[in-house]
Amino acid sequence: MPTKVEKDSVSGRLTTGHEWDGLKELNTPLPKWWLYVFLACVVFAAGQMLLYPSVPFFTGYFPGLLGYSQRVEVDRAVQAVAQQRAETVNRIGALSFEQIRADPPLLNAALSIGRITFAENCQPCHGTEGTGRPGYPALGDDVWIWGGSLAAIQQTITHGVRSEDKDTRTSAMPAFGALGSLKPAEMEAVADYVQGLFGLPPGKNAAEGQKLFVDNCASCHGDKGQGNQELGGPPLASRVHLYGGDRAAILAQINQPKHGVMPAWNARLSAPIIKSLTLYVHSLGGGQ
Amino acid sequence: MFGIKQETFEKNTLALLVGTLVVVAIGGIIEVVPVFTIETTVEHVRGVRPYSPLELRGRDIYVREGCYLCHSQQIRALRDEVERYGHYSIAAESMYDHPFQWGSKRIGPDLARVGGKYSNDWQYGHLMAPRELVPQSLMPNYAFLAETPLEYDDIALRMRANRAVGVPYTDEQIAAAKDDLIAQADANEDNANLLKRYPKAVTVSGHARQVTELDALVAYLQVLGTMVNFADTNTERLAQ
Ligand code: HEC
Repeated sequence: MPTKVEKDSVSGRLTTGHEWDGLKELNTPLPKWWLYVFLACVVFAAGQMLLYPSVPFFTGYFPGLLGYSQRVEVDRAVQAVAQQRAETVNRIGALSFEQIRADPPLLNAALSIGRITFAENCQPCHGTEGTGRPGYPALGDDVWIWGGSLAAIQQTITHGVRSEDKDTRTSAMPAFGALGSLKPAEMEAVADYVQGLFGLPPGKNAAEGQKLFVDNCASCHGDKGQGNQELGGPPLASRVHLYGGDRAAILAQINQPKHGVMPAWNARLSAPIIKSLTLYVHSLGGGQ
Repeated sequence: MFGIKQETFEKNTLALLVGTLVVVAIGGIIEVVPVFTIETTVEHVRGVRPYSPLELRGRDIYVREGCYLCHSQQIRALRDEVERYGHYSIAAESMYDHPFQWGSKRIGPDLARVGGKYSNDWQYGHLMAPRELVPQSLMPNYAFLAETPLEYDDIALRMRANRAVGVPYTDEQIAAAKDDLIAQADANEDNANLLKRYPKAVTVSGHARQVTELDALVAYLQVLGTMVNFADTNTERLAQ
């Protein structure tokens, strides 16, 4: 394979000088601009490697000459916004609910913090604007299980209901049917009475049911089914019900009650944020 | 350059072979070295433990169902992410994930810290019918998981396979795998041993008589992001 660069008579370009069985190859190098851009990229990458964290070694990675760290950067950015908000947030934290409500700009700030926090954390269970769903209480109405005052709402959000928190609110209705403390006919009778409280026509054994109710249920739900917020006994004399308002739901609950869980939020949200959230929830329509 | 021409390689098989090897080795070293130095880049934080047997199976189902196609599990070190999801993810949190589930697609929210955010009931309800709880959701229904019994006869083998790639399951943990799995899937079981072996494991309610795939998935979701307690972790060291 003789190497002889020559000029191609047809195209006027040089050949590579290679020849295989009489076949020759035109020399078509990469365009100059391409080559220089490529080389510039290599130089740029080398510079990046020097300036920023790059090569991992056995003793730790090379941190770069600029000492840049995205984690330091993000800590700084988070602190910067925290500082911007510090004045408002600290005041929300320090002032009482009454004082916050007496200060409209501060109240407005608290309500928007509350609205945003609610959308991210609470809405998946309680629904948009706290409309509620079966098993997840509505927050926009005035029927409360654990209380609708600002202090009560704050307590519920902070520590949750049947959560892992040691100060959690908790209540447990016995499984009257499943444990056998009420016989099926007695459960039917209690349901006859309770459906009257729900606003449905009472069943035929309502009178007998009322007696059983007073003996078994009134200590938590109140003797007229008005509920007991100290114990977390939901009001039954109401049209708003956590697990449905028909007879089947009543019977199911007497037989084998459901016990919902709300997480405690004190680990995820700071106290002033929980306070803002409290004001927001209170403002949804049912606050007491 | 240096008197070596393309022709030298073209005409000399041995030179071509050695030359190729050198070039491929450069690329290979760049890819392989970080794997050997991984110890130096994974943060040393307390709390990260291998998945409990039920969580491990839940993770398999997460992978099988392709949840990662819509959900990432990596809170990036950016302000907006930290404000929304909590502390940015660190490498140590996924050191027992084979493969990790960081993901890059976010049709749904990031799940790196979803553990404990909602109740078990919500997780069950939401996976079975997301639109019952979040009307505008476009997540598929996974109701069939609640009817599919979980296969766990091979749980010990699965744990051994994880151990082979570096997850420090002890012999005791592997021997107790089935008991632990059942204890975590039944709220009425005694789970003291489970918690000793796998702190912070969340016992799921188990709605059916047998352990279902949904139970496993919920147990997995409920532990995500809860292992490291960032309140008492030295963040300055993380920031290096
Ligand atoms: C088609 C995309 C898609 C797939 C696949 C998908 N999801 Fe989702 N997911 C979403 C969207 C969108 C949301 C937000 C709306 C909602 O809460 O339903 C969401 C929300 C969630 C949430 C609540 C997160 C939060 O912080 O509120 C969890 C938990 C979740 N998904 C788990 C899963 C699991 C587990 C799988 C696999 C079995 C899965 N998802 C598969 C789209 C998806």
